[in-house]
Amino acid sequence: MPKTDTVIEICGLSKKYRLGQINSGTFKEEVLKFWPKLRNSKTGSIESNNDNEFWALKDINFTVDKGEVLGIIGRNGAGKSTLLKILSRITSPTEGKIKINGKLASLLEVGTGFHPELTGRENIFLNGSILGMKKVDIQKQFDEIVNFSGIEKFIETPVKRYSSGMYVRLAFAVAAHLESEILIVDEVLAVGDQSFQDKCIGKMQSVSKSGRTILFVSHNLHAVRKLCKWAILLENGMLVNEGDIDQVLTSYTQKTHKQSPIVDLPPAENNEPIFGKRLRFFNKTGASQTTFLIREIWKVKLEFELIERLPHVIAGIGIITSTGIPVLTYWSEPKDLVVGEYSIDFDITTALSACKLSFVVGLSCRTDTIYYEENIGGVTISDIAEGEQPYQAFGSGILITKKRNKIVRLKD
Amino acid sequence: MKIKKVDNWDLIITPNRGYFEFHFNEIWNFRDLLLIFIRRDIITQYKQTILGPLWIVIPPILTTLVFTIFFGNIAGISTDGIPSVLFYMAGIINWNFFSTALTSTSNTLAGNVGIFGKAYFPRIIVPLSTIASSFLRYFIQFGIFLFILTYFSFFKSANFAIQYQLLWVLPMLIFIMAIMGLGFGLLFSASTAKYKDLRFLIGFGVRLMMYASTVIFPLSIIPEKYKWIILGNPMSAIIESFRYVFFGMGVLDFKYLGYSFLIALSIFFLGYIFFNKVEQKFIDYA
Repeated sequence: MPKTDTVIEICGLSKKYRLGQINSGTFKEEVLKFWPKLRNSKTGSIESNNDNEFWALKDINFTVDKGEVLGIIGRNGAGKSTLLKILSRITSPTEGKIKINGKLASLLEVGTGFHPELTGRENIFLNGSILGMKKVDIQKQFDEIVNFSGIEKFIETPVKRYSSGMYVRLAFAVAAHLESEILIVDEVLAVGDQSFQDKCIGKMQSVSKSGRTILFVSHNLHAVRKLCKWAILLENGMLVNEGDIDQVLTSYTQKTHKQSPIVDLPPAENNEPIFGKRLRFFNKTGASQTTFLIREIWKVKLEFELIERLPHVIAGIGIITSTGIPVLTYWSEPKDLVVGEYSIDFDITTALSACKLSFVVGLSCRTDTIYYEENIGGVTISDIAEGEQPYQAFGSGILITKKRNKIVRLKD
Repeated sequence: MKIKKVDNWDLIITPNRGYFEFHFNEIWNFRDLLLIFIRRDIITQYKQTILGPLWIVIPPILTTLVFTIFFGNIAGISTDGIPSVLFYMAGIINWNFFSTALTSTSNTLAGNVGIFGKAYFPRIIVPLSTIASSFLRYFIQFGIFLFILTYFSFFKSANFAIQYQLLWVLPMLIFIMAIMGLGFGLLFSASTAKYKDLRFLIGFGVRLMMYASTVIFPLSIIPEKYKWIILGNPMSAIIESFRYVFFGMGVLDFKYLGYSFLIALSIFFLGYIFFNKVEQKFIDYA
């Protein structure tokens, strides 16, 4: 007997893409393919070339129960976005079947369809309807949406006059009030400032507590851990792990810890004009290594190449523990860069206690992220300290102090 | 005894939708979005223009004047005895309705990749909303035409007679033009999503089609052996009938109108079927 509370059932889902230039020259190809089809000849059928094919998803099977908050994790290109696109019916699968029970709404972007000439009010209705809300539902929640966005004063102003922050707040406010039994959310928390992000995560938590089903994709493993109880891990289009969030996150963060002092970076997404080259790890004398002592000062060198001149470029690395907890972020100074290869050294001066670490690499140009990769490389902080040995560490770091802290007896 | 429906799912996503698998009920579910798109199109089109909605009436009036001067006065092409301003305007507003319906919907898929790649709704909603705003523009231009027609019948002793008993043909003409424009638009939209070079053909083709219609000249001046070329253009019979209804001149033959209607209907179904097929996968190669 089928489980009655299953709301999504995915069977044998696969998606094939054709690589390379699809738009040019295919008209002739199609005509060539069409002729044999018309003549129904057996010899004339042209098998498509396997080199040009790429399976973004291959034989995915899983089910989601009502009220479940499921995290979907994996590297860039693992197939997360493709999966969400198929679930949201933006594109159709090549093979397999998905069965859905209940109203499904997806949030792949905030502010979809926002028109710059329209006022905030008009855009709330436009965006809400595009996301599948009924006009009466938007009217019912209108005040709440405006309140959540915090831009009451500008609601009759065309959004082209909004600051980027106001724009995002309004866009997310609409999204946050999307009511459906199943909600699909892709990386939309990556926008806005920290306090607004916290507000959004809070809203998502309350949505999940109201018994609705959520499928959540995010690069922010911390947010995934906070929101989700269950997760699936995708790798090269295949489902490689599913289960309890802690178990999946740990397997994800440990899997790619190759612990090599030179790590090649994957290419950028979306044809950004940048190539991530590599990440290198050194100690302070310049020797390549991947194991460092507590309190040792070590370096991470990030190398990248720009193929376009870009203003106001900022490079950053984030350090994440093997359990998915982000501990530190280092940023470069902004700089206008011309075409060429670059490198930047980050001195890691904060003493971390014994642990395994992986890295997030990010580059931005003004406010746009042009490169973002998580779970890159790995280093080990040994349980031995440089110099004087500390007592057992608690938590992720140990403060470096010149003096030992003294215990002082209070007055009798 | 209760019969339990085991496979009771709200939605099943499968790889390929058939050519004849339509989801009409979805269009109804998204009717609010349709209305909002119509509103958006109307509001945004003339925002930040000095003359605003006047742009709806300026082009047909100017085109009418240019046609009157060049084709009517200088070239001296016959207008069947109808005042040339009225003659040309009748052709132009109808032609414009058809051609804007066609061109404005012909880029639906390629022009909305941004939205279509991020949100799902029946794609047909977008061309439907575009057609709706073309209707609005047409009715305003039609109003101007009626205004000029009234002026001529009261202040100039013009030799034309409005065929009141045939006014019922008018909605039919509008309907044929609308589905034909939409049909061509859907067909082109589905084709240009994949083959972008067809886009250049559209503007050019539409212009050529106008010269092979009865916008500029009446059917009566065409030699008998070439008439089939002009009547082959399904817009010719519509414009001729429109003129017959308002001026009593021209040709209103239901044989010709029936031909236009059949062409319009076939183009519409062909366009809709093709569009429906392409819309579910076009985002992969957009």
